[in-house]
Amino acid sequence: MEKFTTLTGVAAPMPLVNIDTDMIIPKQFLKTIQRTGLGKNLFDEMRYDDQGREIPDFVLNQPAYRKSEILVAGDNFGCGSSREHAPWALADFGIRTIISTSFADIFYNNCFKNGMLPIVLPQEQVDILMDDARKGENARISIDLESQTVTSADGQVFSFEIDPFKKHCLLNGLDDIGLTLEKVASIDAFEAQATQARPWV
Amino acid sequence: MTKTLYDKIWDAHVVHEDTDGTCLLYIDRHLVHEVTSPQAFEGLRMTGRKLRAPDKTIAVPDHNVPTTPDRENGIENEESRIQVEALDRNAREFGVHYYPVNDVRQGIVHIVGPEQGWTLPGMTVVCGDSHTATHGAFGALAHGIGTSEVEHVLATQTLIQKKSKNMKVEITGSLPPGVTAKDITLSVIGATGTAGGTGYVIEYCGQAIEELSIEGRMTVCNMAIEGGARAGLIAPDEKTFQYVQGRPHAPKGAQWDAAMAWWKTLKSDPDAHWDKVVTLKAEEIAPVVTWGTSPEDVLPITDSVPDPASFAGGKVEAARRALDYMGLTPGQKLTDIEIDTVFIGSCTNGRIEDLRAAAEILKGRKIKVKRAMVVPGSGLVRAQAEEEGLAQIFIDAGFEWRLAGCSMCLAMNPDQLSPGERCAATSNRNFEGRQGRGGRTHLMSPAMAAAAAITGRLTDIRDMMAETA
Repeated sequence: MEKFTTLTGVAAPMPLVNIDTDMIIPKQFLKTIQRTGLGKNLFDEMRYDDQGREIPDFVLNQPAYRKSEILVAGDNFGCGSSREHAPWALADFGIRTIISTSFADIFYNNCFKNGMLPIVLPQEQVDILMDDARKGENARISIDLESQTVTSADGQVFSFEIDPFKKHCLLNGLDDIGLTLEKVASIDAFEAQATQARPWV
Repeated sequence: MTKTLYDKIWDAHVVHEDTDGTCLLYIDRHLVHEVTSPQAFEGLRMTGRKLRAPDKTIAVPDHNVPTTPDRENGIENEESRIQVEALDRNAREFGVHYYPVNDVRQGIVHIVGPEQGWTLPGMTVVCGDSHTATHGAFGALAHGIGTSEVEHVLATQTLIQKKSKNMKVEITGSLPPGVTAKDITLSVIGATGTAGGTGYVIEYCGQAIEELSIEGRMTVCNMAIEGGARAGLIAPDEKTFQYVQGRPHAPKGAQWDAAMAWWKTLKSDPDAHWDKVVTLKAEEIAPVVTWGTSPEDVLPITDSVPDPASFAGGKVEAARRALDYMGLTPGQKLTDIEIDTVFIGSCTNGRIEDLRAAAEILKGRKIKVKRAMVVPGSGLVRAQAEEEGLAQIFIDAGFEWRLAGCSMCLAMNPDQLSPGERCAATSNRNFEGRQGRGGRTHLMSPAMAAAAAITGRLTDIRDMMAETA
């Protein structure tokens, strides 16, 4: 997995609340059997008309935001389905951090499996960063995972919370499965005991 | 220390706990479908890892499969066909339990699991699908996971998890006539919002929940994710045990007795700690429909389309966008909204009881909508509905009688809405584009969807019941 340490970049503003996984990557693109190549269809139905032409008003189609690496989004981002295609599509587009007041549980977890950092901040701070995002190239936002801080364009520093294990994996680009397989003896022991206790499982 | 049902199931499955509370949780059942698994199986191949517990892994194709009678000729859409073929190959190569498209037991993974007795009380159940919460109806801890986690479970039969908080949703009293499990679950989301359950596992309880059938309980738990919760569950009782007993993969003989001894302990202690409590009175729950593009946009059918200005914060803009997308105007009576299409099915409402409820309304009547389809949740539900004469009632009313699959709930197969087409649906999501680009979805119970099919507009089922009586 790709490491995440620091990031400074242009943030795209998406103040809409409840941006769901069907918006992020509509189901017709879930038919792939690969993880890559979904970036061109990120936000497909908001981004293109039914002829496949770009909708100029949509934020990621605007010149300032075509290479955004950060999204500042409305509350409850990523609600809906468990599709990991949502973070895959965001990452493939080039977005590695989303900042919001809250995330849906499965989407939030899926981000960390793909070297992405979702950041939860209070409304007032998200509002300040949303204003930065509206200024495009003129107001870049910085993120430092080690110190757990986001720095706004004019230098205001906001701290965010993150689970220590998730932080450790992200900073070091660690693969969960490899880590878990180091505990295979515990799994074996649990399985033996559980087979005794609940043989019907 | 007193415990909730969630605490008890959690504690029984912890393999390892780190000092920071990160746990390795053992998974008893892993359900797999064709959309979220190909990359996970490919990951195993690329790393040379083995599938740890093929006997606890159950696979069935459901999202992509066509539901028209000609599906035995194969899947026309190439990408869908490749995905289903990939599941075929993976299931056989890794030796998991498998129900292929042409097996009568095939169906939506969350209907097949309970039907075959794979889902049992006290289990941990996961699937690369957010509606895995359905299995919570049996007193199992069941939730959706992403594809990386699917690969993790395939390789290790565990998940890395931190414990959620406990939330109690109590529905007191008895449901009035015409009000169903779907109305309960939608009303709860209406009350708490789609993020109200974020960070929690919900236990549904109270008289109205106890009085629900197992099918109804599955409908309630199914939509826990729509309220943002990791999982929803209901303590098992005699109804649960009766439903489970005799199913192909349920325990038998001495093992049944041993299982029952444990299952009977699976309830929250009377003085258990709840981090959040929500109480609704069943008497105050009405038949509801959704008006917008989020499952929290729910109102009693007697109400009118709301004014976006009546909301606060970011919801004002979201509601304005939703009304624009849905083609509705504030103040419009919900019962004046005309419907083009009716879809009855999905893991929320594709079980036999749902088909019975719809058929009861449709008997001897004709549909007024342009098209209507019933998609049974499994081949066995379909067979039972045919045996009970329900299929003929649907066909006589003008419904298409389909084969089992997810179908128009998420429209990955050819069952889709056209732009602007308005649908009364028994499924679980009314998101923009969910049932087809530009399609407009109103969520409701099977009986309400059947009523809409007859009148051609959103309809209060209680008016129709009065007519029938």
